[in-house]
Amino acid sequence: MQLLINGALHDVDVSAEMPLLWVLRDVLGMTGTKFGCGMSLCGACTVHLDGRPIRSCTTPVSAATGKAITTIEGLDAEGDHPVQRAWQELNVPQCGYCQSGQLMSAAALLETTPHPTDADIDAAMEGNICRCGTYVRIRKAIKRAADIKAGGGR
Amino acid sequence: MPTTTGTRGVSRRTFFRVVTVAGGGIALAVGLPPLIRRARGAGADSESGSPDLYIQIAPNNTVTITVPRSEMGQGVRTSLAMLVAEELDADWNGIEVRTAGFDPRYGSQGTGGSSSVRSTFTPLRTAGATLRAMLVAEAAEMWGVPVDECTTVGSTVLHTSGKKLKYGDVAAGAALRSVPTGVSLKPQSDWTVLGTDRSAVDLTDILHGRATYGLDVKVPGMAYAAIARTRVFGGGVKSFDPTAALAVPGVQKVVEVPAVANGIHVHAGVAVIADNTWAALEGRKALQVEWDVETRSGESSEGYRDQMQGTLALPCDETVFSVGDADATLGEAQETLSAEYEFPFLSHATMEPQNCTAHVEGDRVEIWSPTQFPDWASQAVAETLNLKVTNVTTHVTLMGGGFGRRINPDFTVEAALVSQKIQAPVKVVWTREDDLGHDFYRPCAMHRVDAALGTDGLPVAWRQRFTTPSISATNGGETPKGGWGRGETDGGANMLYRIPNRKWEYTLLDSGVPRGWWRAVHTTHNTFVVETMMDELAARAGQDPVAFRLALIDQLPADAPSQSRQFPFDPERLKGVLRLAAEKAGWGRSLPAGSGMGIACGIDHLSYAAVVIEVSVVNDRLKVERAVCAVDCGPVLNPVGARAQIEGGVTQGLSAALKERITIAGGAVEQQNFDTYHLIRMREVPPIIEAHFIETDTHPTGLGEPSVPPTPPALANAIAAATGRRYRTLPLAIRTA
Repeated sequence: MQLLINGALHDVDVSAEMPLLWVLRDVLGMTGTKFGCGMSLCGACTVHLDGRPIRSCTTPVSAATGKAITTIEGLDAEGDHPVQRAWQELNVPQCGYCQSGQLMSAAALLETTPHPTDADIDAAMEGNICRCGTYVRIRKAIKRAADIKAGGGR
Repeated sequence: MPTTTGTRGVSRRTFFRVVTVAGGGIALAVGLPPLIRRARGAGADSESGSPDLYIQIAPNNTVTITVPRSEMGQGVRTSLAMLVAEELDADWNGIEVRTAGFDPRYGSQGTGGSSSVRSTFTPLRTAGATLRAMLVAEAAEMWGVPVDECTTVGSTVLHTSGKKLKYGDVAAGAALRSVPTGVSLKPQSDWTVLGTDRSAVDLTDILHGRATYGLDVKVPGMAYAAIARTRVFGGGVKSFDPTAALAVPGVQKVVEVPAVANGIHVHAGVAVIADNTWAALEGRKALQVEWDVETRSGESSEGYRDQMQGTLALPCDETVFSVGDADATLGEAQETLSAEYEFPFLSHATMEPQNCTAHVEGDRVEIWSPTQFPDWASQAVAETLNLKVTNVTTHVTLMGGGFGRRINPDFTVEAALVSQKIQAPVKVVWTREDDLGHDFYRPCAMHRVDAALGTDGLPVAWRQRFTTPSISATNGGETPKGGWGRGETDGGANMLYRIPNRKWEYTLLDSGVPRGWWRAVHTTHNTFVVETMMDELAARAGQDPVAFRLALIDQLPADAPSQSRQFPFDPERLKGVLRLAAEKAGWGRSLPAGSGMGIACGIDHLSYAAVVIEVSVVNDRLKVERAVCAVDCGPVLNPVGARAQIEGGVTQGLSAALKERITIAGGAVEQQNFDTYHLIRMREVPPIIEAHFIETDTHPTGLGEPSVPPTPPALANAIAAATGRRYRTLPLAIRTA
């Protein structure tokens, strides 16, 4: 089957029910998307499907065909998405393992809610666990990314 | 990889050699003797002059620093490189950092106990200064000028005349020089790298999905494996039928994995080898295994609780520490307080589940492991597979969290066993269910404290009885010898409060559940007990909790356990963090009804920390409004990373206090995933976690763990201040808003 990932078409020969996560990681070698729980409970595997955040660990690859898949590797063509810039500026990651998913969730939030309140952030990020405890910086970075996105300068 | 082409000037204390680097250039490598003595096992000779650390300077002026510690988010690849760069005057933007693989000549490579900065602070700076001196001497000779007319900055030697030479241009010549001894180190006031905010060296890679964790390793021809392990600890494989598993598309093989005891704790299981992770997992689902679960299947959390309660009703097996006569004083006292405390097993729950890639070929093995202890892992692999340890090559990957879980060598040994069976490279992937069900857990525990106040309102007696399945007993193969208590009292028997009659008693709880080092280890329960009881005593005495503590902080009795000769406890430093946390939190200001502040302090891994938590409780719903933490770990090397460790430690402490509990039924862990093993999430974390430092002019100590232990008791004390209710069982039975 054919997958459109970060703007490029990929032909993969896998069973239809194989989760998108393992197609990305094991078949295509795109390991930026992480495995954390396999049950949509931790958010580490978050990617965008037609711009909406989904958990790739429980999404069969068949559900992703014909749609635009965006992963952390392609979040921004220049690697310079406002969330990436804000995360960099505020030194958000510790171990960094969950951060691909955090960034993808945050980027999706800012698409629908350019100026999120704390409650918006709580709701949008509820599904993303960070064991290192970077939540305080993630909250700040989302607000900073919103400013960057709105042209509030760097 | 560099290859040695010649070795010159090897001395007893330092070591350097010329190496060629990829591309054919010349580089200089300098190493020092092992940084600290080995914790265990054979292999290292601390006097052999073997390199602990390599600094390479390539012709293009890139400085490559190899750090002999594992990165799990604590920032060690950054902070240890900063130590070298400071004294080398290296251009920070021109450095490359590598993580050392296992090499017995390195000495201890273990990353744990918040010890990395403490143990490398002097050797790594000395390495940088030594190499700098050689580069300067070479440049001075090339110019024909005195050395003291030369300075260094940004990986460049400068002469007063304005002449410049890049390190890369003098490295080859410098490599031929003799190694100076007794180089002097910069005073802290001259630091330009240390003490300044430096982003993690892996930050950009992380933000673009390019950082390689253990689970991201891919080697040519690699298969993927999922292992069905006995869920009952100590269980075995009675029989298995691979037919259905082998029928799953992509499944290659099914092999049995033998249990490994000797403190390594590989669980008996059956591995399904496949073309990819998904096929391995599907194959494992189809696999038929009959388990032999006799030994430990009767164990349960309820059973442990009954045993522990019975234990605490009577004097314990061991008296760990005693001053004065606590029993007699309690017998005569007018004003006594007694309380019991209960703590669950905890899982590390690293976001990256355990995993390891291994390739056994004949009598050699190559390993790619997210391990905190590549030396222990490699030795355990050699021992289990009956290979020479020198035939074990172990690469250390980035880790998606560690918190102590990746100290244990089980997952590395297991992968090597699977590869040995199939004689091919294989990555063993643990699912979340595997990870939560086969951890080395923070031990469950029960404590009972009986304390007495004198007529002056000061405590006169403290008797603490406690029981745990000890961590040491796990590593000792659960042999029933005594003496486990001493190692379990950290944060308790070595508390600094002046109480004339005190006694700590301990009884080992027998359990088949493996225990391990969970961030901050024993202080995660001992400090909770001490600091919440101190709060209760202050309340009973009608005193302010901060003033009450400050008046009682005193020298440690000489024979109290868990003391460091090298870093003796300093009561003034504990008082310092208490005062600072209280001040920054606005301790004593009036709060609305239903709100409260709590404080707790402690010493963990030689650093001092105090935490103030502010909460509101509305309609029985808790909201943690703010956390303020003050730490004295000596000089802070990378403030932005240091603050992250505090934020993370406080958050993990709150998670343990509010959410986390592993329970046992039928000898197995009941929780399988994050729907039953709850971790704290965004909405429950206070929007403000402040970190404040007292930088006592002393040797730096660790920062990864000390903010964890005071957080849960500060929270419980805050809830008591807000509601009058005392919670003594963790996780606290209160719902969050």
